Amino acid sequence: MSHAEAHDHHHGPEPGFMRWLKTTNHKDLGALYLMFSLAMFIVGGLMSLVIRAELFTPGMQFVDPQFFNSMTTMHALFMIFGGVMPAFTGLSNYLIPIQLGAPDMALPRINNMGFWILPIAFGMLLSTLFMDGGAPAGGWTLYPPLSMQTGDAMPFLVFSIHLMGISSITGAINVIVTILNLRAPGMDLMKMPLFCWTWLITAFLLIAVMPVLAGAVTMLLTDKYFGTTFFAAAGGGDPVMFQHIFWFFGHPEVYIMILPAFGVVSQIIPTFARKTLFGYSSMVYATAAIAFLSFIVWAHHMFTVGMPVAAELFFMFATMLISVPTGVKVFNWVATMWRGSMTFETPMLFSLGFVILFTIGGFSGLMLAMTPVDFQYHDSYFVVAHFHYVLVPGAVFSLFAAVYYWLPKWTGTMYNEKLGKLHFWLSTIFINVLFFPQHFLGLAGMPRRIPDYSLQFAEFNFMSSVGAFAFFITQFIFLYNLITTCRGKWEKATDQVWEGAKGVEWEMLPSPLPYHTFEQQPDLSDYEPHPTH
Amino acid sequence: MSSAFMSRAGALMSKLAIAASLGMVSQAATAEYALNMPVGVTEISREVYDLHMLVFYVCCVIGAVVFGAMIYSIIAHRKSKGAKAANFHHSTVVEIVWTAIPFVILMALALPAAKTLVKMENTRGAEMSIKVTGYQWKWQYEYIDEDVSFYSTLSQDSNFARQKNSGVDLESVDNYLLDVDNPLVVPTDTKIRLLLTAADVIHAWWVPDFAVKKDAIPGYINETWMQIDEPGTYRGQCAELCGRDHGFMPVVVIAKTPEEYQAWLAAQKGAESALNGAAIATEQNVALAQ
Ligand code: HEM
Ligand SMILES: [Cu+2]
Ligand SMILES: [Cu+2]
Repeated sequence: MSHAEAHDHHHGPEPGFMRWLKTTNHKDLGALYLMFSLAMFIVGGLMSLVIRAELFTPGMQFVDPQFFNSMTTMHALFMIFGGVMPAFTGLSNYLIPIQLGAPDMALPRINNMGFWILPIAFGMLLSTLFMDGGAPAGGWTLYPPLSMQTGDAMPFLVFSIHLMGISSITGAINVIVTILNLRAPGMDLMKMPLFCWTWLITAFLLIAVMPVLAGAVTMLLTDKYFGTTFFAAAGGGDPVMFQHIFWFFGHPEVYIMILPAFGVVSQIIPTFARKTLFGYSSMVYATAAIAFLSFIVWAHHMFTVGMPVAAELFFMFATMLISVPTGVKVFNWVATMWRGSMTFETPMLFSLGFVILFTIGGFSGLMLAMTPVDFQYHDSYFVVAHFHYVLVPGAVFSLFAAVYYWLPKWTGTMYNEKLGKLHFWLSTIFINVLFFPQHFLGLAGMPRRIPDYSLQFAEFNFMSSVGAFAFFITQFIFLYNLITTCRGKWEKATDQVWEGAKGVEWEMLPSPLPYHTFEQQPDLSDYEPHPTH
Repeated sequence: MSSAFMSRAGALMSKLAIAASLGMVSQAATAEYALNMPVGVTEISREVYDLHMLVFYVCCVIGAVVFGAMIYSIIAHRKSKGAKAANFHHSTVVEIVWTAIPFVILMALALPAAKTLVKMENTRGAEMSIKVTGYQWKWQYEYIDEDVSFYSTLSQDSNFARQKNSGVDLESVDNYLLDVDNPLVVPTDTKIRLLLTAADVIHAWWVPDFAVKKDAIPGYINETWMQIDEPGTYRGQCAELCGRDHGFMPVVVIAKTPEEYQAWLAAQKGAESALNGAAIATEQNVALAQ
């Protein structure tokens, strides 16, 4: 693309820290989001190691139970709002404009603000560790009345959640406006790569539910400091109402964390199978169906609060229904591999790991959806195993896959394949050592969110903790590979990078990407990314 | 630390060996309680267990088909073996089939689940009622119409041993963390209604052997029920995060035959009216529990 090369020299970034503070460039912001997310994954990961260290053996060894509760609460908040969500926003920034032939994101200044809010929000949240009364310890679900017992941390918690919400919404608006308005001529919606589709739908989910969370935490704040009694039974309020509001946000939230992951693997698998994605349009419809259903299943998190039978039945049926479109996606991925010509570079390995292990998390989800049995599973380690399967070898593996897949395109350097494969195999082994035994613990009766346990749970907790430390250490391989690749230590990448890669970024743009990609939009009328009939 | 580490690793190995030699999770369950959900001692808990195994096996079958196809494809359709990519990219028939079949399977799961659920939520016809109140961090049990009521807290031994670096050998503590001073005593073969509420924050009363887990919520009275078939001691824990000592408010239920239960109840009332002191009732309780 000669027009891109011709211009990148006079629009280069200004040097130093100010470049990053003031940047409105989608690639800079994508990189910032991804680096920030990596930092939060490390902080959240260290918190999880505190948890697993305490649970290594029965008896209380290292921390006070209250601090333990702070760790479970903060771990979840950091991983969900600081790790997974900003990472996908980073990918959306980096990829959506180049995949659609857009010059940048539609609202670049808001994009900058959306990012720089995050370090403030998380700095504030982290500072609560040093406050009177300690960091929030009522669980990431913030159920009152327990969350009312939070000390000085309360207003900081609420305000940081507000900021995270604002940041997510700016990101979401940017995605929607960019996709709907800035596509290159000829890039019809049904020609878009699936990552763009899944993010478009995710963005609508974000706009729908982040304000709901903000409202819920605001009511907690006024209950605590301004004498309202929204959730206080003594004042005529209703503590269960909070749970309904929270999960009306919370369930779509889990899909916010997984739909972009579906998009990532839907692009990687065809590349390495050298075969078109099976059922492109059914993938789009399945994503939309999941998004719709995610609004009418929230109470499956609350089966034990004592709802009318009719409500329990409704939420059971609706939840089970979600497995249908989810199944369609898995079948489509397998059909894409079927009679392909597969190779197994690191992004493909992580995608295959994703398909299998995410599906295992889907199976436990189906089990949890069965209300009478959920009474046994609920708030036990079985639920912990379920959501970690969908979130770690699910969402996080898709992030690894995405970084390995696009890093050569971003940096112009091919990462070290041997280290990548080693990273995959060790991660896969240890993630199962870490989370699989938690199914057994939950079934045997171990509640979640406890700092100590009776002796019958000792062996599997021990195994799980070994897995946790080993998984954490394994990530240094990734870190090393990432840093050395960014510094250009390995071989140069070609423009197409992967033999089977299709799409604007692979077929029309050089590696590394120029600082400004398109100053004139390409005409994609004749471009056929996949057969559309 | 290191010797504890080694013994833990050894115990883990032997547990895994049991699991592996029995081959399947469900079979291992009979030998090793800690691998699967307990079958329990109520009609409901058995139905729940059966549903659990049903959905588990359904998942195994679907998993075998899907992962089987995927692994076959990974082995057979690899470029290094000279596989050439086909170029099919959709098939309306196949797509309808694999939307419809899961739908039918879900129906087959949902119907028996709905039946059990309706039974679980039917608290009518209860022969006695007990009010259960959650506190940070203990349970209170009130026998309705019987004038018997007491608190149930973590046993002294466990409470001492669980302090940070207590130095107590946990193996020497009876039922570490799953033992209380005053267990709930109930009759077998009786439909017992539980009325749950809480005084401060939300708790949840859970005994896996009864398949009963219900939230105790301030300002609400929740209902559930159980009918226990076998006399025995059944243990569970609070299942809803309720603050600092959430991990330390276990539930212990002793099921006695109706005659023994009546005797226990009479002794409780005698003790209460004669001495009018909860402290004595407490000791009585412990003595009877042993
Ligand atoms: C087949 C699809 C799925 C079904 C049927 C399903 C079902 C459920 C149910 C019923 C629960 C509540 C369990 C309980 O607390 O008793 C639950 C919890 C949870 N699920 Fe899923 N799930 C599915 C997929 C996912 C996905 C894709 C994610 C995220 C990527 C996810 C994340 C979570 C989380 C985080 C929780 C626990 C929240 C908490 O209590 O802290 N699930 N799921
Ligand atoms: Cu949910
Ligand atoms: Cu509790």
